[in-house]
Amino acid sequence: MSSRDMSYHAVMSRKNEIMKASLGIDYDDYIQSPIAFDYERMMSETGYSHADVERIQSETKVGNTPLFELHNLTQTVRRISPPGKGARILLKDEAANASGSFKARRASISAYEAQQKGYQGMIAATSGNYGAAVASQAAQRGLKAIIIQEVFDSRGVGQPEIIEKGRKCEAYGAEVLKLSVGPELFYLLLRTLEETGYFNASLYTPFGVRGVESLGLEIAQQVRTACGKDPDAVVITHAGGGNLTGTARGLLVAGAISTRIVACSVDLSGLHMASDHDFNRKSFTTGHTGFGVPFATWPDRVDVPRNAARSLRYMDEYQLVTQGEVFYVTELLSKIEGLERGPAGNTSLTAAITLARQMDQDQVVVVQETEYTGAGKHQNSQLSFARENGIEVRLGDPEESVPGKSIVIPKHLDQVRGKIQDMERLRTSYLKNAANQYPVDRWDETDFNFLAEDLKVSQDWVRQRLTDL
Amino acid sequence: MAKIVAGTWVEIEQIILTPAERAPTLPEDTKKVPYVLNAAGFLLADAELGAPARIRTLIGRELEGTLKAVNPSYTHSFGAVVPELLTIGLKEAA
Repeated sequence: MSSRDMSYHAVMSRKNEIMKASLGIDYDDYIQSPIAFDYERMMSETGYSHADVERIQSETKVGNTPLFELHNLTQTVRRISPPGKGARILLKDEAANASGSFKARRASISAYEAQQKGYQGMIAATSGNYGAAVASQAAQRGLKAIIIQEVFDSRGVGQPEIIEKGRKCEAYGAEVLKLSVGPELFYLLLRTLEETGYFNASLYTPFGVRGVESLGLEIAQQVRTACGKDPDAVVITHAGGGNLTGTARGLLVAGAISTRIVACSVDLSGLHMASDHDFNRKSFTTGHTGFGVPFATWPDRVDVPRNAARSLRYMDEYQLVTQGEVFYVTELLSKIEGLERGPAGNTSLTAAITLARQMDQDQVVVVQETEYTGAGKHQNSQLSFARENGIEVRLGDPEESVPGKSIVIPKHLDQVRGKIQDMERLRTSYLKNAANQYPVDRWDETDFNFLAEDLKVSQDWVRQRLTDL
Repeated sequence: MAKIVAGTWVEIEQIILTPAERAPTLPEDTKKVPYVLNAAGFLLADAELGAPARIRTLIGRELEGTLKAVNPSYTHSFGAVVPELLTIGLKEAA
């Protein structure tokens, strides 16, 4: 193995063989064209039923998290809403999972699969809560874990939130490879998979998404018990798409077919995700538009040949919120609901406030996650760091904030407004990406059908939009 | 320079890719700097700071690089107080 060419290009060109060996999934079996593949068959052939997932997750302290009604927040929102408006806000306390976030669901099935197939360890390239989730699940399954994280800029400086996430991985006994800024994280992932022969605990495999389906199932069951009906809307923080895809699929399996699926990301438009300079000028490391938009409009940009996380298949609406709004709402949750949780996990809570104001009082909006908090992963740490790094932090109208330059914290709850994204534009952007991938004149019925399903539209819509492009 | 004894918890640094070896499509600022890795582990043989060293990580893998820090620790905190946060929610709670 040591005699192999380890240069960037050589390793990248071995991508497919490395992936096959590290996952045990032959994607060629599902691929129908450069665009289309048999998504549902790939999902069903994971080999894990929902009952299996429940059993596996209960073995490693995952799932069955509480659903809390936020009575005080609901009342507070009603005071600033038009008469009759102000939906009931419920929150799924995913911080209660082992490792402190919903990502434990996503890692649990991969860890089980790796154990069953006899892998010695598992590897994930992530700067999010997923690293800690993989480390925690691996620890419980007797597997070794390597977490590859983008941590610091060329000055060696890292945000407190990322530093904390690295610490947590190490706390669970993982080897943490801490990297400077750059997309070559993927190169190092491939290299390390090849060196170790470990399982690729990619976020984007069917196992990862399957593990999140239990979250949607639990929400449907718990809301029916608490409210006697299905949730009217579920708000989901969106980055790579797995959280949204898994939750929405779980809701559908439970029969909650009329629940509105609302995506939400922190607006970081204008910042370059691979820029060494911009790296420490953002206070959110995931759940933001730098991932949310590109992954929605082209899911197959990931570390596996085809992505199991396909957000536009399920998304009804997409809201953007500012960093300042999320920090405000995180503080508010502590003060009036007595729940101190991490800011990144409260992205969807922020959007839920805007939604609840527009919805009737007898309607139910569910915030489907929280994450743990502590030093580094806290609104005070993150704002303090932003200020030290030259970001202006002030009170005012969050609409005035400029990502990378300023964070404007609302003065009042009625300044938490969010911003709706144009779904048509997102779907069109996906189509353009598909056309770049594979010339339109070669698309056949299979491709049109796949695209219609992947965009939650009719084939007519796809054909019509193509003529407009 | 002081010798660091084998068995000490240390951090090493590796240059994974020099600027010339990096991915082709990078923003200008990132293109200018090397792609760097830091990893922590137990030092396998006595070494000096700034010199080549081998470590054994928490999972038992051996890595090599330049010895960068001794007993690397986590010092992240809740940061300096942000007064703008303190008054949030007080009116609503009343």
